Amino acid sequence: MIMDFHAPSTIDELSSLLSNSSEKKHLLAGGTDLLVQMQSQIIEPSTVIDIKNISEMMEIKDDIDGFYVGAAVSGMTIIEHQAFSDTWPGVIDGVKLIGSIQIKGRASMGGNLCNASPAADSTPAMIASDAKAIILGSKGKRDILVEDFILGPGKNILKSNEVLLGIKFPKKRNNSSGAYLRFTPRTEMDIAVAGVGVNISLGDKFQIEHAKVSIGAVAEKALVAEAAAKVLIGKKVDEEVIEKFVSEVRNLARPIDDKRGTVEFRKQVIGVLAKRALNIALERISHG
Amino acid sequence: MARKHVVTTINGDECDFLCESDETLLSVIRNQLRLTGTKEGCSTGDCGACSVMLDGRLVCSCLTLAVEAEGKVIDTIEGMSEDGNLHILQRKFIEHAALQCGICTPGFLIAAKALLERNPNPTETEVRYWLAGNLCRCTGYHKIVEAVMDAATEMRG
Ligand code: FES
Ligand code: FES
Repeated sequence: MIMDFHAPSTIDELSSLLSNSSEKKHLLAGGTDLLVQMQSQIIEPSTVIDIKNISEMMEIKDDIDGFYVGAAVSGMTIIEHQAFSDTWPGVIDGVKLIGSIQIKGRASMGGNLCNASPAADSTPAMIASDAKAIILGSKGKRDILVEDFILGPGKNILKSNEVLLGIKFPKKRNNSSGAYLRFTPRTEMDIAVAGVGVNISLGDKFQIEHAKVSIGAVAEKALVAEAAAKVLIGKKVDEEVIEKFVSEVRNLARPIDDKRGTVEFRKQVIGVLAKRALNIALERISHG
Repeated sequence: MARKHVVTTINGDECDFLCESDETLLSVIRNQLRLTGTKEGCSTGDCGACSVMLDGRLVCSCLTLAVEAEGKVIDTIEGMSEDGNLHILQRKFIEHAALQCGICTPGFLIAAKALLERNPNPTETEVRYWLAGNLCRCTGYHKIVEAVMDAATEMRG
């Protein structure tokens, strides 16, 4: 079968390509998942649309209301963006863990999100940061919180004529920072067995004012650990608070047993990671 | 549908080719352009043997469609030496015996060059992390890392 290939350069061209027939189209951003699936003949796409010639898909913008990162911006471009890295270090922790330098040369945060792997490394950090997915459809744009964009393993909320345009981050809170940590058997080139994204802000008496926590690879999708975050709010972090926080994180985890980790191990390690990620975020705040 | 016509710059020279729309850049580089220095290991992005520079970014050519190269600048291992003189990295790989079968070597060289262009003074840890996407089944990596560190020292002058 001959594959149809399009590389639209505007949103309008893309929209008309998406609406002009009902046949399944595959979008190409970094291609680090799509090409693997094509090479192994898991999929044989009839139409591939490269979105990397569309400026809205490829830009990082620092607006007054926060950063916007186009869906196809490569991991290395994000990592090398100084202002974004300074603002969202937790997200950078996650992006840095997506595959090798070669993979990050092409792979995007948008692709990581759309693929909806429960172990996606950039997702918990995006969720903890209150990031929103900007979706482009036939009737214009809409946005949705990242946690609601993912439905389950490999499933996202996009309808057939919709695409992820980019990811919008809110304005950074005063005195806030974040971190993402994961556990993998190897230090590089591996898939998370458990991962935690944390974002917190401190008030003037060093009490935690805002907290959002997300856990990955321990459920069918990344989860928001609301009860765990509640433990922190209004408190100064001490042993007792951390203990409660860790146990709430563990309560929420509902992992599976597989060759990379047992249920018991994942529950144990997710708590340890949560505690460490919280400490890194605190440390980052104190270092300005 | 007809094959696609793609115009690129490879190793400084303008180059055009015809390809199928689902063909990888690796396949075109090796089988059509006959630049066989770039190797195929896994074809799934795991081994780094197919590493090339695409518009200044280190990428796996096995995970890039050839049609995506339209208007882009590609650098492969064939462009690494200058006027018949080996690049310092190439020389150091030989001096340190950083290769055995050699299948991984072009990928390591391309990746190492990309590192030293960004970070002329990397620590050993930085070298190891940067090269984590390049696999070698022969050397045990140690000599490769030594060669890169030594090349970095010499390049800093
Ligand atoms: S052949 Fe491309 S990464 Fe192995
Ligand atoms: S020298 Fe043989 S794979 Fe590296």
